[in-house]
Order: sequence, then C-alpha cells, then structure tokens
Amino acid sequence: MTKPVTLTIDGQSVTVPFGTLIVDAAKKIGIDIPVFCYHPKMEPAGMCRQCLVEIGRPLIDRATGQPVMEDGQPKVQFGPKLETSCTTPVSEGMVVLTRSDKARAAQKEILEFLLTSHPLDCPVCDKGGECPLQNLTLTYGPSESRFLYDEKHHAEKNVPLGDKIFLDRERCIQCGRCVRFQEQVAGDPVLAFYQRGRSTDIITNSEPPFDSIFSGNTTDICPVGALTTRDFRFGARPWEMKAAASICSLCPVGCNLTFNTRREAGAGGKVVIKRAMPRQNEQVNEIWICDRGRFDWHSMESDDRLSRPLVRKDAKLASASWDKAIDLAGDRLAEAKGKTVVLASGRLSNEDLFNLKQLADGLQAEAILYTSMGGGEWTTTHGVSAGTNFADLGPGTTIIVAAADLYQAAPIWYLRVKQASERGAALVTVGASRLEKYAGRMVLPAKGETAKAVAGLAKDRLITEAENLVILYGSNGLDPKESAALASACAGLLSGRQGKPNNGLIGVWPRANEQAAWELGFRPVENLQTVFDKAAVVYIAGADPIGDGTLRPKSKKPFLIVQELFLTGTAQQADVVLPVQACTERDGSYTSGERRVQRFYPAVPVHGQSKADYAVTALIAAKLGIQVEGRSAGLALERAAAVVPAFAGLSYGRLAEVVEQWPIVGRGDMYYGGTTYENSQGLGVHLGSAENKKA
Amino acid sequence: MSHIVLRHRDLPEISNLEVYQKNDGFAAFKQAVSRMKAVEVIDLVKASGLRGRGGAGFPTGVKWSFMDNNNWPHYVVANADESEPGTFKDREIMERNPFQFLEGVAIASYAVGANAAYIYMRGEFWQQAAFLDEKIAEMEKASLLGENLFGTDYALRIYTHLGAGAYICGEETALLESLEGKRGQPRLRPPFPPSYGLYGKPTVVNNVETLTNLPLIITRGADWYKTLGTIDSAGVKVFSLSGRVKNPGNYELPFGRTFRQLIYEQGGGIIDERPIRAIMAAGASSTLIVADDKALDTPMDYASVRTLGADLGSASVIVIDDTVSIDWVIDKTIHFFKHESCGKCTPCREGTYWMQHIVERIRSGSGVQADVDLLYSVAKQMQNKCLCALGEFSTMAVVSGIESFDKDFKKAVGKK
Amino acid sequence: MSLAEKHAAEVKKILAKYPPEQKQSAVMPLLHLVQRKNGHVDRHAMQEIAALVGITETDVAELVGFYTLYHDAPAGKLRLQVCVDLPCALRGADQFLAQLCESLGIEPGGTTADGLITVEPVMCLAACDRAPMFQVQGPDGIAYHENMTVDKTMELIEAKRKEAKK
Ligand SMILES: Cc1cc2nc3c(=O)[nH]c(=O)nc-3n(C[C@H](O)[C@H](O)[C@H](O)COP(=O)(O)O)c2cc1C
Ligand code: SF4
Ligand code: FES
Repeated sequence: MTKPVTLTIDGQSVTVPFGTLIVDAAKKIGIDIPVFCYHPKMEPAGMCRQCLVEIGRPLIDRATGQPVMEDGQPKVQFGPKLETSCTTPVSEGMVVLTRSDKARAAQKEILEFLLTSHPLDCPVCDKGGECPLQNLTLTYGPSESRFLYDEKHHAEKNVPLGDKIFLDRERCIQCGRCVRFQEQVAGDPVLAFYQRGRSTDIITNSEPPFDSIFSGNTTDICPVGALTTRDFRFGARPWEMKAAASICSLCPVGCNLTFNTRREAGAGGKVVIKRAMPRQNEQVNEIWICDRGRFDWHSMESDDRLSRPLVRKDAKLASASWDKAIDLAGDRLAEAKGKTVVLASGRLSNEDLFNLKQLADGLQAEAILYTSMGGGEWTTTHGVSAGTNFADLGPGTTIIVAAADLYQAAPIWYLRVKQASERGAALVTVGASRLEKYAGRMVLPAKGETAKAVAGLAKDRLITEAENLVILYGSNGLDPKESAALASACAGLLSGRQGKPNNGLIGVWPRANEQAAWELGFRPVENLQTVFDKAAVVYIAGADPIGDGTLRPKSKKPFLIVQELFLTGTAQQADVVLPVQACTERDGSYTSGERRVQRFYPAVPVHGQSKADYAVTALIAAKLGIQVEGRSAGLALERAAAVVPAFAGLSYGRLAEVVEQWPIVGRGDMYYGGTTYENSQGLGVHLGSAENKKA
Repeated sequence: MSHIVLRHRDLPEISNLEVYQKNDGFAAFKQAVSRMKAVEVIDLVKASGLRGRGGAGFPTGVKWSFMDNNNWPHYVVANADESEPGTFKDREIMERNPFQFLEGVAIASYAVGANAAYIYMRGEFWQQAAFLDEKIAEMEKASLLGENLFGTDYALRIYTHLGAGAYICGEETALLESLEGKRGQPRLRPPFPPSYGLYGKPTVVNNVETLTNLPLIITRGADWYKTLGTIDSAGVKVFSLSGRVKNPGNYELPFGRTFRQLIYEQGGGIIDERPIRAIMAAGASSTLIVADDKALDTPMDYASVRTLGADLGSASVIVIDDTVSIDWVIDKTIHFFKHESCGKCTPCREGTYWMQHIVERIRSGSGVQADVDLLYSVAKQMQNKCLCALGEFSTMAVVSGIESFDKDFKKAVGKK
Repeated sequence: MSLAEKHAAEVKKILAKYPPEQKQSAVMPLLHLVQRKNGHVDRHAMQEIAALVGITETDVAELVGFYTLYHDAPAGKLRLQVCVDLPCALRGADQFLAQLCESLGIEPGGTTADGLITVEPVMCLAACDRAPMFQVQGPDGIAYHENMTVDKTMELIEAKRKEAKK
C-alpha cells in the first residue's frame, strides 16, 4: 500500500489516500470545486474545464532530490497554467487554491462559455431547482450575458432516445456523463456524440434505441435538463415535492429509494408519488437503480386497489366493517385449529411475515412459502455473511452466477458482478446469464444437470484457490426441487467459508423479501393443491395462487382468508378479503438477498381503510388470544429480534444508522445537484450467518 | 547545397527502389539493425539534436528514450495528417521521396523495438496512401520489411491508415484515438504516448519530416547533422511557403536563415511587388507577426522566432500583403478552427463558435468597437484553459491581429 | 449481398492490417470503402460494419458524424471540394468557388441538376502552393486538381459528364 498523501487546499491541510483526485480531496473537507463532466463513479474526462484551480508543488532541488526550503518552509512553485482538479491526483506537499482570483475568474469564464449555447429556459425546465448548471451559475457564474441572444446555437428539443428517455439537445452541455455512464457503468455503449465542435449532439443509433434497464440513471447524472424521463417530465417542480425514504420492493437486491410526492388537484387532492429516485447505499445500489424500480411503482397507486374489507354473502363478496371481517376470520380459524394453512410470499415485509408465523405457530398451522424457487435452507446457513460488500470483490474473488439472468431478475447485481469482474474478480457463469462478456468461464449444463455442473466445480482452481467465493443462484429453467438441489450444491462449494465476509450464497429470489420468509421459518411445499384441498381454512397473504393458475379454483372447502392489495383471482374466491397497505403507505423492513435488513418509510397516505399486513394479522391473532405485536412495525421487528436468532439485535434504531459514504451526494453539492439522494435514513444491518452467531 | 529531406529535387528518380538503393538507400536501416543496438540508435539521434518537425519541436531521441520498456508491444506511428493550413511538406516527401521516409519509419521502429508501424495519413491523401502501399510492397519483396531482417531476428511491418477529414487528428493523442477506430478527440495527458499510446501500448508518434531526416543522420552521423542549422535548432527544415508570394512551395533550408531570405530570395518576393504586411510562421495557428525589417531579418529557428512573440511550429509560412485586411485574415482562421474544434472541451467548442459570430458581425459591417474588444476578450478568455493546443491555436491570430493591426479593425467597424 | 461478401477481398485486406483483438481500428477503412462504393454511408452499412468489427452501430455512427469525408446523406456522384482556407483564399480561392458555382448554376453546397456534381467549400487540403485547387471525392476515391481555373474545371466536368453517360 502506498503512503497517504498530505496536501493543503485553500489553507486547510488534508490527508488522503495516494491516487485521490484533488476534486475529491477537496470535497472530503467540505470544499466544493465546481464540476460538470466529472463524476466520481466514472473515469475523469477533464473535458468541461469547469474545475480549474491553481496548483503549486514543492520545488525539488535537482542535485539533492530534496525540497528547496524558503523561510523554513518548502518552497512551492505554481505552474503558469491552471489545471483541472478532476484529473489531477494529489501529491505530497501540494498547495491547491480553488478560490484564488485566478481560479475564480477561470471558473466564471468557463461558465460563461457554457451558457453561451444554453437556452436558459430554466422556468420551464424539469431540472430547474435541482440543476447543477443553474446552481453553479448562481454561485460562480457571470451575472449578465455578453453573447447576443439571437446568435445562440439552436438545436432540437424533445427528442425521444427510446421509450423512456427524452433528450433536449439545446440544453446539453456535452459533458459526456450519459455517454460514459452507458459505456463504463452500464457496459452498453448505445449513446454517442454525433458531429463535432459546437454541432456536437448526443445520438443513439442502436436497434432498439436507448432501452437499457439502467437508462433512468442518465437523467440523474445529467447536470442539466437535457435528459428527462417520459414518466416524470413536466410532472412537478423539484421544490414542490416531498421526499420519503423507501426500499424497492421489486426484486431481492433491495435498492434504496426516495419517493418524491406531491399533493395534486388532478388526483382529487391526494398526495401522490411523482417519481422514484435512487438513494445512496454504497453497499447495495451505490447511487443507481434500475428502470423497473424507477418506473414500476405506478401500480401501487392504481384505482383498482382494495379499499375496504369484503366478506362473502350469498355467494358474493360484499363490503364489510373491519370488525365483522376480523370476527368472521377469527371464528373460522378458531374452529379449524390445526387444520389451518398459512400461505405467504416474499411480497410481505419482515414484520408481516414474522406476525404471520407467530399466528401460524399459535394455531399449530403449517406456514408455507409461496414461491417457484427452493434452496433457502442453504441461504440461511451459507448466505453471504456480515461485512460482505460487492465493492470489495476484485482480484482473488471468484463469483459464480448459476441459473440466473441477473440483468432481468436483479439488475443492480448484474452491475455489481460486472464491476467486480472488471476489477479482476473471476466470474464463472452456469447456464445462460447475459454476463458472458465478463465471464472467465462459462458452463452450459444440459437440462436437469445444473446442480451437478456446479458440484463439478469443486476441485476447480478457481474455487479452491479463491480467497473469496460468492455464489448467486437462481431458478432460471429450474423447478423448485432443482433449484433446491442447486443451492445445496452451491453450499457444498462454500463449505468452510461460512461466516467469512465476502463469501457465501445469494438467492436470486423471485420476490423481494423471500430471504426473510426462509429465515423466519416459512417453507415451500411440493404439492400445494393437496395441502390446500385438505385444509379447513387457508389464510393467504401476498400471493395469488389461483389467479396465476398454480391452484385450481376452489369448490367449497377450504374457508379462504386473503390479505391483498388488489382483488386478485384468489381474492375473488375468498370468503374474507382484507385490504392491505402498499409499502409506500407504511413502515416496514425487508431482508435483501444479501441478507441485509433495510427499513422503508411511509411516503403517501393510506389507501382507503387498508391496514398494514402485520397489523391485520395481529387483529386476527388477538381474536384468537394469540400474542402478536400489532401496534407498530418497529415493535413487531423488536419482537422478532427477541425470538428469531437470525434477527437478534435488530431494531428500527439500528436500521436507521448511517455512516458517511463516498462519494458525498445530495447536499447542495455540485456532483448531482440534488437528484441522487443522500442516505440519512439508514443503511440497514446485515444479518449474521449461523456460524457468526455461534462464534 | 544538396537536399537532405527533399532529396528528390536532386535525384528525381529516387522513388524508384533501385535508384534509392543505389544512392545509399536502406544502408542506414541495415546498419542500425545489423550493427547497432537500439539504444545506440537512440543515443545517436539524441546527439544529432534532431527536433520534431510536427510543430512542437521536441527532441526526437529524448522522446524515444521515454518508451516504457516494461510494457510491450511497442508501436511507431508516423504522423502524416498534415492538416495545418499552409502546410504541404509531408505530402511532397511522401509523393516524391517515399523510401527515405519509409526507411526513417523503419529506423525509428528498430530504435524503440516496434515490430509494427502505422502511417496515419489525412483521409484526403488517398492516392498517396495507395502509392505508399505499393512502395511498402516493394520493400517487402526486397526483404527490407518482414521477418528476419538482414539476417537478424528483427521483424517489421508498416501499414498505412487513412483518416477521414479532421484537423484535430494531427494532435498525437487524437490521432491514436482515430487509429483505434474512434472519434479523433485528444486524450488526457499524462500519460503520454511513450507510456500509453496505441491500444494502450507504448508508442512513438513522429512527424513525416522528422522521420525522413533519420537515414542520413545514421549514415553520416550526428556531428555532420549538427553542422547544419543553429545550436538550438540543428539540421534542415522544410519551409512551406504560401500566400501572397510569387513562388509558393516547399523550400528546404538549414535553420537560421531569415524570413527575408525565404520570402524574397526563394519565394521571389510579393506578387505585384506589393508591400508585405504580416507573416504567419506556423500556418493558421500562428501569431501574426508584423512584417517589419526586424521580423524579416529574424533567423528562422525555434529560439529566434520566439523573440518575436511567435512560434516556428511546423514552419508553414503564410505571407500576407496589403491586398487583404487583417480582420479578413482572422475571419478565415476562426472559421477554420470553429470547423475543426473537436467539441470535447468547453472553451474551444464554445469560444470558437462565439468568436465566429463576432467576427462575422464585424466583417458584415454591423460591428462596433465593443465587438472588437469582446472578440479580443473571448480569445484571451480561452487561453490556458483548453484541453489541447487546438483551442489555444485558434486564439493566436485573433489576439495578435487585434493587438498589432488595430487599424484594420477600427476601419471595419468604422463604417458604423 | 453483405458488405463482407461483396467486397470480400478488400474487407479481408483491411482487417489484416490490425491486431486481431483490435478490429475496431478497421472501422475507418471500412467506412471509406462504403463511402466510395455507395457515395454515402447509410444505416444499413453502419450496421454491417458494426457487426464486422464487433462494436455498436452507434459507435460507427459517431465516426460518420465526426469525420468530414464520410457523408450520411447522398449528394452528387462527384463531390468537388474546393479549398477556401486562408492560404488558398490569399490566392483567389473564394472567387474561384463563386465563379465555378455561377457557371454551374448552383450555390456552394448544391448539386447540379443531373446529380453528377456537388460543389462544397472545404478546409485546407495541403496544396496551398497550387491554389485554386479542389479535390474530387467519388467512386474512385479522392483525386486532387491543382492550379485550376474555372475554364479548366468546366472542361473536366464536361469530360466527367461524357464518361457518366457511357
Ligand atoms: C491541433 C494539432 C494539430 C497537429 N497537427 C499535426 C500534423 O498535422 N502533423 C504533425 O506531424 N504533427 C501535428 N501536431 C503535433 C503532434 O501532436 C505531435 O507533436 C507530433 O506529431 C510529434 O511528432 P514530432 O515530434 O516528430 O514533431 C499537431 C498538434 C496539434 C495540437
Ligand atoms: S481544445 Fe478542446 S475542443 Fe478544441 S480540439 Fe482540443 S480538446 Fe477539442
Ligand atoms: S474538467 Fe474537471 S469537471 Fe470537467
């Protein structure tokens, strides 16, 4: 390891790792150097020239190799030219002036250049209010234009780059962030510059056009209003919106989100979600999210949501009061006792699942996980351990991706695996994966042979010699039994590595919170239909087995209690339907596939009379005299922490803890201008592995 | 005196392989490969004082010695982009004295341990590229290129590669990007090509004329070469003379001859004997030198031209007389740079665009003095901020033109 | 027929110039090939080239946009590109261009009615001592014509017209 470097920036001394860029060193001590093209997640380009500063270096005596001294201090020599702080690494004894007259003049002059071609249409621009160009102009820029307005460069506006993203060519300042994002981060170089000089424009010529699953991120990092999403553009002004922290519920990655909301006349005076933005969690999603997380929350706001309890009357479902619905459900459960089945899915939060499990235990009922994938026994014992961080995976690490199409099923993991492989981790893919480009080894097992193929890697040097081994497994093309066998084979490769950070198994689950269901004791069954047919009461939460054809429409038996957001196929056949809140309306927590427990917060008011799943369960339990915590999600989790070994030590307080992350985002800062959100609501807690617990 | 680089002027048939070989052709390459260590070749070139003829004047041997020997393979790239307005010397060399140039490429390649060399030619040099391809094929046939050269284990291939119309591709890192099949935009430096060049490998980029000097330096020695030119600027230079002179063309002269000698003795003086007004010594990128007696009697070498506040650059001397006004001249240069700005960095992309609008306003007769001041200020504002030298170049004529030929601008805006 | 089939020998020769793992370098010569054969580079050709060297079509397109010798739209069969840069302009290039356009009855940048000739002003072509001059970009590549007059140019164009009729 090279020695840390000490330098002085605007009179403040700072010590940073060797190789740090001046702009980042300054940021660390609260000095914002204005930047446009620079982005800490990408290679510096040095092209916008906004970050010019004065740099002095200690004068070295050629003969002795020692610094020349002057008045007891090393003599510092300043170059004749300003230099770009985004491309210059720090060096020992360097003196940087970011606010000298010369530096300030240059920063102002570059801004003036940028503004010559900019349409200055801030009043109608989506970025207005959170725009780095606007912010920096106010801080550093000239106050009037010396350029004749009618000589301005004009270019096309509202150019669709694909289905999701629009480009305003006039607002573009050619910083190249979007182009570099696609090339360096997404690994899908479908954006480029056309023409040259002042005529330079962003284009895409790919077929289909700009359709990357990460495309929305370009609108966050665009430092002007040139790139906007079809979904949000003209939707709201940034200052009209409130922010609420959340966790994406669409896949097991658990990306940290911020929902922006606003009260709208158009929505009948309701508070509605206007957009989803990434919230920084460097260990999970860094500052990115996929387009599904960004756009697919709309269904939660649908008018088709259930707003009142329903009970079956004269063969039809009719509205009922909560009391009546809960009484009915409770009575039937009391009658059925052990002939009850509880069926839940990974749509539910930790608290919901825990309460359901408590209820099931109290009734001595079977707690079944509704899923198409098996193997969770192994992720609870061999899951990646506390301290694991994708960002640390590089040389010496082997990653296996088996039976999983991460790009589709867990897009941010696709990015993270790609990055790890680019840093030098060895990647082995088993089955089709879309990661072929990054894979050092591809295994294409015959049908039914996936587990065997993985087991066959046991003696491979990539496995035996790997310092770290991380395996992501899914259920692509596998039935639950096969995926369970695959997980077992993966665990075999991992034996002896349990409890070691940066080692372990990750389930690429079909639902966001399936890992928690396994940790809490839910298990899938092989023949659900038989179990269903034999039961007297089935209590289903967050699953639609009849609607999706897994179960036959029911005849008479069993009595069906369904807890749902919508009137699903299953709910339509239910005897009692209990409307629940979407995750955007309530508190809760999820356990990601990496076994990180993370908290989400309410963003919008509750829909109709719906209640949180955990609270509904608690009401039913209360009817049955079973102790279940329903007062708040936080208390429910604390109960879980007391009862479930894997959850030991968890509390909402701990989940809300944060530490400073790098890069620093979201402050009135110059990197993102506020459109990537700082995480002040919690980075979550990694569950310890079984081995960790023992030790 | 006989020519060194433009040897075809003395030996018109020198583009014939036999004729070239009869006149000591490939003796230098053979000598280097079979009797000298690479480092000896580098030291000899260092000792000769040869400086790059592409514009920057960097000592050639020193550049070669920067090659990173821990990273292989190495490449040599000949810079035949020749797009500076007023420059047309490399083209004549390649058309008329191809083997001496190719031998220079071969010597440089041997010196830095490259087994492949590319000649990056501006896209318009279509016919010249075809011609060089023929000459390369002749060399391969004569075992002057290929495997086991001169019975050693040294191997070399030379390839031509055409650009496609972009002045910026003369800048060496933009050239490398272009050669890699990308937009020709300059890279960040450092790292410089000798540590990170073509395909990320150590690469020497040298101008065609620089390379064409090498064979005679090897055969006749460093001391001989140093007897030509001045202490600071050794050897001969090909001056491309253009503009309002009677006999424009390339002239090979030792460094240190005066502008007067070039323009009046070689160039035959100004058309119609009109008074000379300004000299641009380095093509469109030049500072406008007021062509007074002091300037005309300044020796043309790197150091002396600098005393005029200008650079010799590629020694493309454009002569301006009193038939044109200086605002027209900078209108032309600004249009060139605006057209050629690659667009990567802000000051050049926006500055050239802005300057063009202002100069057009001035030229159209609707300008006022404040426009001249603004033009000057914009050019000044661009200076020292651009990513590569192109942006800087675009300001040279503007700033010096307004400073030294103020009257022309006053006149242009005086109509208002 | 695909590019690779139609011009198999040329494509092979081009690809052989560069290290096998650096096929992207071949984009420029491949674009020249298409430009010469088709008079411009269309999307289909870009797709073919992209596939040949293993990059995205967008990566090919950006080169077409950046370099002036590749054209994304058709024009006259022969592009007559007159240098009007400073050194040539000092020797009458602007007047030459204006008179030539007048003789042809087109504006600079325009194409003759028969679709044969497009006249375009261009930047320095490294022929400053032989102004007025132009290059002709067409199916045979690029050829220089130096020390030209309008009369000589019209003769040249007439000859090309006859040739084209044949
Ligand atoms: C905008 C620009 C254009 C240039 N054009 C050329 C050129 O056409 N030919 C050339 O040899 N060098 C040109 N150069 C200089 C090259 O970057 C480089 O210094 C040169 O090729 C090095 O070769 P030399 O050391 O033999 O001179 C140009 C530089 C800049 C900044
Ligand atoms: S100065 Fe900037 S825009 Fe101009 S050519 Fe160089 S890098 Fe490109
Ligand atoms: S050049 Fe440093 S931020 Fe753009």
